[in-house]
Amino acid sequence: MADLTKSVTAPALRPTVPGSHLLEVDDLSVEFRTDYGTVRAVNALSYHLDNGETLAILGESGSGKSVSAQAIMGIIDTPPGYITSGQIRYQGRDLLTMDKAEQRAMRGAEIAIVFQDALSALNPVFTVGAQIAEMFQVHRGTSKKEALAHAAELMDRVRIPSAKSRLKDYPHQFSGGMRQRVMMAMALALDPKVLIADEPTTALDVTVQAQIMELLLNLQAENGMGLILITHDLGVVGEVADRVAVMYAGRIVETGGIHEVFGSPAHPYTVGLMNSVPRVDQRGQRLSPIIGSPPNLADIPPGCSFHPRCPRAEVACREERPPLREIVLGRQAACHFAEEILDA
Amino acid sequence: MSSPPNVSSGQGQDGSLLRSSDAPDPTQSRLPVTTDDTSTGGDRQASLWSDAWRQLRRNPIFIVASMLLLVLAVMAAFPQLFTNTDPRSCDLANSRGGPGTNGAWFGYDLQGCDYYANVIYGARVSMTIGVFVVGSSLFIGVVLGALAGFYGGWFDSLMSRITDIFFGLPLILGAILLLNAFTGERGTFQVGLALIAFGWMTILRLLRSSVISVKAADYVQAARALGANDWRIITTHILPNAIAPVLVYATILIGGVIAAEATLSFLGIGLQLPAISWGLQINGARNFVRTSPYLLLIPSAFLSATVLCFIMLGDALRDALDPKLR
Amino acid sequence: MGRYIARRLLLTIPVLLGSTFLIFAMVYALPGDPIAALAGDRPLAPGVVAELKDRYNLNDPLLVQYGKYLGALLQGDLGTDFAGRSVSETVAERLPVTVKLALVAVGFEALIGLIAGVLAGIRKDSFFDNLVLVTTIAVVSVPVFVLGFVAQITLALRLNLFPISGIGEGLYSYLLPGFVLGSLSLAVVARLTRTSLVENLRNDYVRTARAKGLPPRTVLAKHALRNSLIPVVTFLGADLGALLSGAIVTEGIFNIPGLGRTVFQAVQSGEGAVVVGVVTLFIFFYIVFNLVIDIAYAALDPRIRYE
Repeated sequence: MADLTKSVTAPALRPTVPGSHLLEVDDLSVEFRTDYGTVRAVNALSYHLDNGETLAILGESGSGKSVSAQAIMGIIDTPPGYITSGQIRYQGRDLLTMDKAEQRAMRGAEIAIVFQDALSALNPVFTVGAQIAEMFQVHRGTSKKEALAHAAELMDRVRIPSAKSRLKDYPHQFSGGMRQRVMMAMALALDPKVLIADEPTTALDVTVQAQIMELLLNLQAENGMGLILITHDLGVVGEVADRVAVMYAGRIVETGGIHEVFGSPAHPYTVGLMNSVPRVDQRGQRLSPIIGSPPNLADIPPGCSFHPRCPRAEVACREERPPLREIVLGRQAACHFAEEILDA
Repeated sequence: MSSPPNVSSGQGQDGSLLRSSDAPDPTQSRLPVTTDDTSTGGDRQASLWSDAWRQLRRNPIFIVASMLLLVLAVMAAFPQLFTNTDPRSCDLANSRGGPGTNGAWFGYDLQGCDYYANVIYGARVSMTIGVFVVGSSLFIGVVLGALAGFYGGWFDSLMSRITDIFFGLPLILGAILLLNAFTGERGTFQVGLALIAFGWMTILRLLRSSVISVKAADYVQAARALGANDWRIITTHILPNAIAPVLVYATILIGGVIAAEATLSFLGIGLQLPAISWGLQINGARNFVRTSPYLLLIPSAFLSATVLCFIMLGDALRDALDPKLR
Repeated sequence: MGRYIARRLLLTIPVLLGSTFLIFAMVYALPGDPIAALAGDRPLAPGVVAELKDRYNLNDPLLVQYGKYLGALLQGDLGTDFAGRSVSETVAERLPVTVKLALVAVGFEALIGLIAGVLAGIRKDSFFDNLVLVTTIAVVSVPVFVLGFVAQITLALRLNLFPISGIGEGLYSYLLPGFVLGSLSLAVVARLTRTSLVENLRNDYVRTARAKGLPPRTVLAKHALRNSLIPVVTFLGADLGALLSGAIVTEGIFNIPGLGRTVFQAVQSGEGAVVVGVVTLFIFFYIVFNLVIDIAYAALDPRIRYE
């Protein structure tokens, strides 16, 4: 198999025809200019999402996965953050070049986001009802009373018990899982076509995590939206995602169908991730964590940014950055030795 | 769903790293993820202070303020370096001679004393009182605040009530009442005492609350688990990490105390003539603001500049010590 | 909530007792002889002195004097001055003046301080932000009596824009002293607003508000400002309590017949009853305002719960 694919090299993971997918992130670069230097959080990132599809973006803290989500939402603070290149096309139109009002009309209505920590993401001094209702009032001009009625329906939809009576409660009066449901109700208020879930379950207890993920998937099935799931949790990814993009130092290092990538990873980083996770079916085996720590984004190593931590790094890895290239149909990896790893 | 495996290698037990999104907080991306959250207070305090010092050195406000304060300190300690004239050798013939009269830079006051020499000598009282009052308040506030915060209980409640009682009287009003109760001479020492009596409370409160918040930190619990005694925990683990906000406040307080001394002397209830103080000079200028405004403006400028320096120094310290504001 | 208020009121009692005793001790424990001071150069007949001392309980030990004073105070009797005038009467006459002055001061603080703070906060590190920073530091560094003096000379004496001293009908004559009185807190309000706004703008819920597609104005005015104002409003409330007694210097400079000047004159002339009465009133205001502020906190911030 490797022999067949060895010669196939695509310059980058770019959708062939712009607009052929629901959401296309194309060559996106984001940097933050700080007193400590320029932090390159996202570097020439490209991915796409279709209706009803779940794309998992997997990576360690500092790999740029959340920043790319914030770029899509248009909520990166400038300064210090700057989008230095690329397009973010929604239904074929570039969000970055739209005028401000149009961009704002998309936010929340067409593309919505669920943040990790609902306690800090919800405004502490407004009732949850008012915060959900605000979506209808701002985007649809609905009257307050009607908007609150919608809010109650939504809270019901995300399975918050006795929703109506809890409209007037404040965020701190909810449990962690219930708060995350409020976040989801808010995000789903206007039936967005794209939902970004930025580590939606990280701050929750394990049992609650499962409930929230299940709810998320049910809701996705109900209205057929595309879901971008940002996480560092391999277990979640394996269970729910259709495709996965593994990020390292602001770049995608490997992407493809979930079963293919997890079944036989083609990048040493993905291999390392898989090996650092305990598995029930391989008891007694030693875990082998990835050595070292994620790179300083203000000073990314030359060549392959993973080379200082890579067990099979060679001189070439230090000097030349491997492009993200197609190694098998529908699968890309950014490693000089992707085929060998795939074969191993 | 199986238990969630975590990808990154060294998440702290408290989940603090779990929480951090990958927003490019510069300090975050510089630190290795494997930082051990239970490292001793010593390490983190070293990095806090050395970070702060690095930040301060680059801050022009800090440099200007500390240079000026250095000059003022020298002026207070060795006024002879700045003037050869005795501030008390006066000639009534020169009364209210304006700046430039007989070559006197700042002119002469009502008694015909050289105003420049008087203003230079005025620095001594201000600096002495500022340092004396704040030093003593720091001692009282830090000792009692640390004990109240660390042990809590009845001592803490008692301290809270006592501070409440003293807080009811503002600095100036309390000092007026107390100074009025002193019979006999009212010198630097007496004015200082009156200002200490109503100036220590905020330091105690600040330290108490920061001790309480530091006390709960993991590294303090770790030190306790290792069997360190209370004294050691307070002095090596808690105080160095809790003192930063107090130092910022104390620096600014020096300015406040200097202004308060001048206010009291101005009101005629602080220092008495023939003491040399900017407040007294401003008081003396009261009746001549029309004809000799320089008598008011010159000591006012020195006084305000001194207060300003301490405030700027405190501000710079706060910026350096509070990473949140960076 | 009711229980919280009750508990707070209970805690207030030892504080009020402590503070009044503190004042009492400072005023009456002093070795000087107020009767002799009252008489001035002409010595009074021994019989008159004895009678006066008796009337003002000056022969009793301090604690007994204090007990008698408290007893009277509880019946609303603040005592009488040496001229035989009831202190309550003096207070009734002077208090409105000081309250007006303090309200004008707080008005300036709220209006100018808030606007400057908000504008500086939304444009962090801009020219205006730095201007506000420099101005507020400068204002804070100039002692109130110097500022009052300079304002009086320039704005009143030279430019004739305001009366030099005293009070007239209406609020106009209060503007200049009120501004001077409030100047320090005005600077504090501006910086507090700015810092608080900058901090809140960084909060996650502001990011959420933007992600919801709200217009920037709504994000700022509704989500960020609402939270930023909590500490500012509480500062303003507490300051109103503190300004009453802070008026000593300002009232002195502008010759305003309020409580501040009254208490200062009483200190100098040894009118113990007036000093204790007025200062007790100051402390009472201070404590009550702080209590009100604590309770108001609950209305402003639903996270605060009172047990």
